[in-house]
Amino acid sequence: MRELKILAIIVVLVGITYWGIEPYAHSQMHPHHEPATFSYGDLQAIAANGDASKGATAIMNNGCTGCHSIKSQNIPAPMDPVTASASYGVNPPDLSNIAAVVDHKFLANVIKDPVKAFKLAHKFNDTKPFPMPAFYGSDQDLADIVAYLVSIAPKEISPKEAYETACGRCHNLRYDNWTVIGEKPKFKNEIEKADFELKLAQYEANLKKYLGTTPPDLSMYIRSRGHEYIRDFVEDPQKILHGTAMPRVGLTKEATEKVVAYLEKVGDRKKEKRNSLGPWVLLYFVVFAVLAYLWKQKIWREVH
Amino acid sequence: MAHITKANNLHEWLDQRLAIDKLWKVLAAEYWIPKNINFLWAMGVVLMTMFTILVISGIFLLMYYKPDTKLAFDSVNYTIMQEVWYGWLWRHMHAVAASVVFLVIYIHMFTGIYYASYKRGREMIWISGMLLFVTFSAEAFSGYMLPWGQMSYWAAQVITNLFGGIPFIGDELVIWIRGNFYVSDPTLTRFFMLHVFLMPLIIMAIIGLHFYSLRIPHVNNQDGEEIDFDAEAEKYKAGLKKEAKVIPFWPVFLSKDFFVLGVFMIFYFYLVFYHYNFAMDPINFDPANPMKTPPHIYPEWYFLWSYEVLRGFFFDVGPLSAMDMGLIAFGIANVIFFALPWFDKNDEVAPASRRSGGFAIWFWLMVVDMIVLTIWGKLPPTGFNAYIGYVAAVGFLALFAALPAVTARKKGLLMFVILMTLALYVAGYMEYTKALGNGFVIVALFVIFYALFFLNPVFVRNRGGAR
Repeated sequence: MRELKILAIIVVLVGITYWGIEPYAHSQMHPHHEPATFSYGDLQAIAANGDASKGATAIMNNGCTGCHSIKSQNIPAPMDPVTASASYGVNPPDLSNIAAVVDHKFLANVIKDPVKAFKLAHKFNDTKPFPMPAFYGSDQDLADIVAYLVSIAPKEISPKEAYETACGRCHNLRYDNWTVIGEKPKFKNEIEKADFELKLAQYEANLKKYLGTTPPDLSMYIRSRGHEYIRDFVEDPQKILHGTAMPRVGLTKEATEKVVAYLEKVGDRKKEKRNSLGPWVLLYFVVFAVLAYLWKQKIWREVH
Repeated sequence: MAHITKANNLHEWLDQRLAIDKLWKVLAAEYWIPKNINFLWAMGVVLMTMFTILVISGIFLLMYYKPDTKLAFDSVNYTIMQEVWYGWLWRHMHAVAASVVFLVIYIHMFTGIYYASYKRGREMIWISGMLLFVTFSAEAFSGYMLPWGQMSYWAAQVITNLFGGIPFIGDELVIWIRGNFYVSDPTLTRFFMLHVFLMPLIIMAIIGLHFYSLRIPHVNNQDGEEIDFDAEAEKYKAGLKKEAKVIPFWPVFLSKDFFVLGVFMIFYFYLVFYHYNFAMDPINFDPANPMKTPPHIYPEWYFLWSYEVLRGFFFDVGPLSAMDMGLIAFGIANVIFFALPWFDKNDEVAPASRRSGGFAIWFWLMVVDMIVLTIWGKLPPTGFNAYIGYVAAVGFLALFAALPAVTARKKGLLMFVILMTLALYVAGYMEYTKALGNGFVIVALFVIFYALFFLNPVFVRNRGGAR
């Protein structure tokens, strides 16, 4: 009985200390923010009835493919990533998968007013315009273009593809061989390797000039930031890190979950193994403790 | 020359040469421990087990770790955590054990204080134990640097910088410790050496000393009863096991320890598999970046109390800056527990609840103060938190200043210490509200306070009171 009382005192004291230094302290250090809703409520809806076939024409007429590739439709990139980054700061995204990861309302708004949709008014203005020029078409054209992008987007997209489309042009992911200019290939010789590294360095330098900072490699973000933080950050970076150069990228809830799942696969690859081994180790020590208790009772019966 | 005969088996052969039977008796079968104990007496074996886990997991980690600022982070987070078979398990075990070992150390330490197991011949047990606390702290600090994450780097930056506060040699000392003008590759490599070689070596030697120091005064018991170990051992050996007040280390004492250990291991492995963030700070999964200071820098939880003693002094006192005042208190806090046996001016060995005077109150105030220091050591030191930190930091020193008076039952002196402490609280509050400014009063208060702190243990006479 006395031993249980002592144990209770220790548990209470350790519990209070733990509460103070972990949940409570962290709630004080990190200001509370509302969890992500992915509604993009500040953006206005675009005319609903888009016509995909008209959109195919509109995307040509409005000059989108002058910068963006649509590889699934055999429309190649006009420039390689390094040259593109020299011109625009960052390589413009390929549009093949874009509607599979980006919210459709957001997509229309980005075309219409990128600075507003990206929430980058603190970085771009009349004197320093955003690299993507303003759209002069009608709202119906917008709806058509979005309808077209939706029609060509794959129905199902892998977590890795979601990452590449949404994050991969700014963020390296070295633990899965991903670089901002694409997957790091197997090099046949040192010259190929040096050539690739030079390109990567040039692209990164352009990116840094464009953003004012080098976007971090995300390999360990699942451990350093955790699921919730990444999810809420992706939905609206400004809400959590005011003034950051990262644009709001307008991912859907599903696409964000895929990105987080991919980051978990890369940064916490052994999670499944950990969770499957855990119960066995605990069971071993439960059995150990029970046997030890029985042995102790047997031995102490002689001395008490 | 021993008399060697033909041995019939390996046991006999070894016994003739190494006296293994006698050794076993001395180490275990006839190493006598009091019977009147509770599970707190098992913490030593729990600590030994945790240390063993740290050494073994450390050896496996050492096979893949690279002590180079360019390679360290990836060697830990990619090679060990993802590539090496069960590398993630060893790393989690190592990190979590390094954290919970301090929890057990604190329980062990406060058990010693509660049952007055640090005096009347047990001073060397206490001192060697405190040496282990200090060396474990150095081991933990050097180890925390190795993954070369953001917290590794900035903790190293802040802690090595503290040595700059030492008069005259401070600046040179910091450079000498870092091996450079700032925390960098040589710093990492030398702390790697300390972590995997020098500190473990010293720790093992001190563990030996700690165990040996138990032999002469013997282990204390739940009632502080003075036991004639030889007589009681004879009783036990004569078969009067129920009457004897002692038990042998093996198998009786250890059988209980194994059970406690089993329960503890369930707790430990639960943390290893499912609840490790407290020991593996998420911020340390960002690679070290000297150009980017994290918004909040804090040490691991087990250093928070002394860190808060450092931060608690938030205003200048006369010619001394807040940082100087903090460093003085921090330096004292880190060594003062060594002197505990001489701050306690009473020879009685008994649990705190049964000791005379206000020792029990003193004990629980100390526990509460350490917890407050720990929690506020992590909270941002802004607004009223700064004042709470000051109250707890001054309170920590005040408890030591008061201990001689408490244990010698000198009521007048105790009242004086309490009054001085309250005066410092008021003065500190006025500094907090910016009402006082650095006046002669606050300097005088601190001079008197520190005089009490240093003079009380020297001049208050021991009350005797042994039972």
